[in-house]
Amino acid sequence: MQFFTLAENALMLQLGDKVNTALHQKLRHIQKSIDRLQNPAIIETVIGYTTLVIYFDPFQTSHREIKRILSHCIDQTSSMINSQPSTIHQIPVCYEDSFSPDLSYVATTNGLTKQDVIKRHTDNTYLVHFIGFSPGFPFLGGMDLSIATPRKTRPRMNIPKGAIGIAGGQTGIYPSSSPGGWQIIGRTPIELVDLSNEQPTLLRAGDQLRFYAISKQQYLEWSGGKRSK
Amino acid sequence: MRVIEEGLHTSIQDLGRIGYRSSGFPISGPMDSFSMKLANYLVGNKENTAVVEMSFVGPTIEWTKDAIISITGADMVPRLNGKQISLYRPIIIRSGDILQFRTARNGLYTYLAIKGGLAISKKLGSRSMLVRTEGTGLLSRKLQVGDQIPINSITTPNIKLNWSMNPNTFEIYSSTEVIHYIEGPQADWFKQNQLDITEWSISTRSNRMGYRLMGDEIETTRTQQLLTEPTSFGSIQVPPDGQPIILMADSQPTGGYPKIGQVILADLPKLSQLLPTKRFMFERCTISNAYKALATQKQLLTKLSHTLKQKWEG
Repeated sequence: MQFFTLAENALMLQLGDKVNTALHQKLRHIQKSIDRLQNPAIIETVIGYTTLVIYFDPFQTSHREIKRILSHCIDQTSSMINSQPSTIHQIPVCYEDSFSPDLSYVATTNGLTKQDVIKRHTDNTYLVHFIGFSPGFPFLGGMDLSIATPRKTRPRMNIPKGAIGIAGGQTGIYPSSSPGGWQIIGRTPIELVDLSNEQPTLLRAGDQLRFYAISKQQYLEWSGGKRSK
Repeated sequence: MRVIEEGLHTSIQDLGRIGYRSSGFPISGPMDSFSMKLANYLVGNKENTAVVEMSFVGPTIEWTKDAIISITGADMVPRLNGKQISLYRPIIIRSGDILQFRTARNGLYTYLAIKGGLAISKKLGSRSMLVRTEGTGLLSRKLQVGDQIPINSITTPNIKLNWSMNPNTFEIYSSTEVIHYIEGPQADWFKQNQLDITEWSISTRSNRMGYRLMGDEIETTRTQQLLTEPTSFGSIQVPPDGQPIILMADSQPTGGYPKIGQVILADLPKLSQLLPTKRFMFERCTISNAYKALATQKQLLTKLSHTLKQKWEG
């Protein structure tokens, strides 16, 4: 366990240096117990794979005091780690040609057929470690490493909203269109961000998700239906 | 008010969006919070009131209502109906007036505050422009030609608006450019003092999300990859090519590059205003000196806010 000064108004806690579910759950527990304190000097908390940052008002509190609060929360949570049931999202994905420009590449790189890649991508249950990079973008753990593929050497200027990608041993979903270097293997018609909602993202840290394959016809009906609402 | 020429990147900003970093949203808010707060104080607003932020080349605005405004930050040579006007003072605007900004003569970001603020609804708790989302409305994109921005009605006071401030007092654009930083969480991934020994400049490929720096390549002593972790406005990240990127107001809340340092909060306004043509040096400082600088800046802002509040209250 290590503490770092991220900024005058931010303290970072690091627990370990490997991505795993138990560590994630511990970070989530600590985060929840800090949020429960509703300490007015604490502005917000954000977690990464093995880290938790507390952002605070440096005119109301100090790194030392935040470290004390954090240590107290860690002591409290160490005894109560258990895997609570979490939300499991079922995410429909169309893996058909027009939405999966890099599916063949991912298959060839790993000596598989496209069907194998789809099967392995849809067989696993993924954990949302945290949301970062852009609004609603989930950092997922749990991908079958037999479909791992390096990022593209030249990033695409525009990856469409809903694109499902692979980068190294990670898989993810682009909630809005953006440039990016991930290998694109499919697209979901699901909206991951709803700005009119106070909880604006569909996925949250600690949630689980599974992908399931849909046809192009189903994809079009899905997004068409959404639009006409 | 109506935008009749849009400028390079004009957006609406309050002091930022709190509580949504763990959903992937940047904090946003002004690049230069010091100038933004002064703009609000000058017209008697609370410091969190939404203002218009302009970047390098400003817009032209037609006023469809009477208003009282102030302009702070970079000098974009503002003209009201063709006549040059001063920054750092309240100015009375009449319906039909045309306010024109040009290219910044110093600095990059200019703030336009309107007494009473903008009559637009918050999105996710803030009136700062949302980035990397696909929403609609004035907070979902930079301002464009034809945009009508509703402002709150005020009555013109019968006191004389005869006060002004001298921006040189604030040393935001002082000639010796030194940016102070504290060590970042991964400072020991790099050889000592690499930030301090060379001159740096900001690449033109920079924006509200990040400032790309140009200078000598920073060498890492590690081969490992960082596991993505939370970041901060002012984090100095070093990607594999060794050219640092400073994360700015619209930066992503998590990042996967090691952080060699963190620009002290008191120097963020000054850093934001640095033109790509200027060279600057980094100077490492202790956390306690970083706090001192922050406290000094806060005291100055508090004093100015009290003084200007008294002017408005007569």
